Amino acid sequence: MSAGVELDDVCCDFGTFRAVDHVNVNIQPGEFFSFLGPSGCGKTTILRMISGFIEPTGGAIRIGGKDMRGQRPNQRPTALIFQNLALFPLMPVWENISFGLEVRGIDKAKRRARAEELLDLVELPGAGDKMVSQLSGGQKQRVAIARALAVEPQVMLLDEPLSALDLKLRQAMRAELRAIQKRTGVTFVFITHDQGEALAMSDRVGVMSQGRLQQVSNPRDIYNNPVNGFVASFVGENNILSGQVSTPADGFAAMSTSHGRFRARIADGVSGTGVKLYVRPEHMKFTDTAGVENSVPVTISDVAFEGNFISVQAISDSGMHFISELRNDGSVPIPEVGTKLHLGFDASKAAILPDSATAGA
Amino acid sequence: MHELLKRYGTGLTTIFVLLTAFWLLILLILPNLTMFESSFRPYLPVVDVGGPKDVYSLGNYMNIFGGEVPLSIFGFEVLVSARVKIFILTVFYSVVVTVVAFALAYPLAYYLAKVVSPRSLPTLFLLLFVPLWVSEVLRSFAWYIILTLKGPLNGLLMQIGVIEREIRWIEGYSPVVVTLVYTYVLFMLFPLYNAMQSLDSNQIEAAEDLGSPWWRTHWRVILPHAKPGIASGAVMVFMLSAGSLLVPAIIGSTSGNWFTQTIQGVMLEEQNWNGGAAFAFLLLIVCTLMVVIAMRLFSVKLSDIAK
Repeated sequence: MSAGVELDDVCCDFGTFRAVDHVNVNIQPGEFFSFLGPSGCGKTTILRMISGFIEPTGGAIRIGGKDMRGQRPNQRPTALIFQNLALFPLMPVWENISFGLEVRGIDKAKRRARAEELLDLVELPGAGDKMVSQLSGGQKQRVAIARALAVEPQVMLLDEPLSALDLKLRQAMRAELRAIQKRTGVTFVFITHDQGEALAMSDRVGVMSQGRLQQVSNPRDIYNNPVNGFVASFVGENNILSGQVSTPADGFAAMSTSHGRFRARIADGVSGTGVKLYVRPEHMKFTDTAGVENSVPVTISDVAFEGNFISVQAISDSGMHFISELRNDGSVPIPEVGTKLHLGFDASKAAILPDSATAGA
Repeated sequence: MHELLKRYGTGLTTIFVLLTAFWLLILLILPNLTMFESSFRPYLPVVDVGGPKDVYSLGNYMNIFGGEVPLSIFGFEVLVSARVKIFILTVFYSVVVTVVAFALAYPLAYYLAKVVSPRSLPTLFLLLFVPLWVSEVLRSFAWYIILTLKGPLNGLLMQIGVIEREIRWIEGYSPVVVTLVYTYVLFMLFPLYNAMQSLDSNQIEAAEDLGSPWWRTHWRVILPHAKPGIASGAVMVFMLSAGSLLVPAIIGSTSGNWFTQTIQGVMLEEQNWNGGAAFAFLLLIVCTLMVVIAMRLFSVKLSDIAK
């Protein structure tokens, strides 16, 4: 059983501060949905409103079509996994997992059996009698997931649960969380500030800034077609140019900057002051001679080896710093520091975007 | 010790250690040892002290028996000596004081530790501390005034029509229990507050999120976490209550004697220090045993309390 979560024009004010500003999103049953944004963007407030610890000051939250107004956390079909997990240190693992069942008055033998089943599901068989303090970080993570799953929630809410783990474990747990979500079919609402996490795990991502939802889409779309400058620069790296935009034609426009004239994609109605041109470093290519368009003469200033790619910094003759990322597969020559080259990009890989969503959007 | 030496140097450290040793040995251990030794010796005229009659015996301790009076324990009438009766009632009502103090302090500690906004905390703590600025004697007398037959409590109750005639509050053990609770409730409150404050609020939220009603969250999450605090609070309130002389002396009625008053009587009125010492040690030993048994029952370790 899983249910969708509908946020209908949800607002949340703390005094005069608006933490969540008119958020509309329809999370489908069985979907893995992530809210991605920097700290203070309101994503945790959204999660706490869905779980019932905070009431929205405006709008409505519906779970499985049912309005949740006035429902306490213990009455909602949700289970929250806390950032610090909040396992009960004085109970053994199996009692932690079956606490939600104990609350529902299920007898001990049944609770124990269910706890063992869930321990198998999260691949921790036989750990039932251990104390929480005897577990490693990754194991605690699994116990927290099992404890939340035990109450058979229709929606699972996860508040940056991977942030306390080291890199290797974090990556392993990503795949595992995803697998558990597919196995159980429960709707997952995941909160993170780590774009890699959000992109790798989610069916859809909602990027947030200053209480507003900037873009909701699938991970590829978020990365390849950001709707505004905030999404583009929060998710991944960019070379950013600003200048005067010409009248668009066929979805393209030219931007005159102090470093030259560049052509890029542009959406309808994009104009005004905050408008800038964004190009991902992996789309910046070096050539020996100047290209037909979008090309600028540069001098290589730094070459950093990152493992799977090489990060190359270059300064244009007009003084602009550019970053390019080259794959470490031998397909392109790696330039030397001090070399004079031309740096360019395909107009279809660059986009002219507005700054970020404006009020009421 | 090493830390102390490094921070304060040899001179100051020596003074600290010597002062502490003086306080412990000369003011605490030595007098108690003397009392303990004399508690086994008979009360004799001065000429006989050190003579052939001055031999060790349990006589002083056995003095608690003798002179049977009825005592009803859970509905059963038993005959015990008057002193044993007072002894049992003292221990019993000290337990009552401890339980009542816990019942009052637990919700207040929870409120202070987890509910109230940290900004108003200093004011609330100040309000709790203010009564401590007044001496215990005055506070006991205040309760005496409140509870007297023509006192403000009866006046108020009659004014609002709850009672028709004055109630004699100062009778039996209830005024002693009330005043002892009032005097020692903070010794329960502060350890409880400390213990609850160290509980991660997310755990309370996690329990609620898993569907737990508030009382089960208290029973399964908050109370177990606060157990060391409860234990140290209970030990303090119980020991202080059982050993209190001032409160029962001021507010106790003739039907509500405390065992400490018996000890005082033997020591000061009979001038029998040996006998008084024996009774004092009886009280100390029994109370300590009760604490040890209670700690076993609730599986609390001494190291938990020391936190």
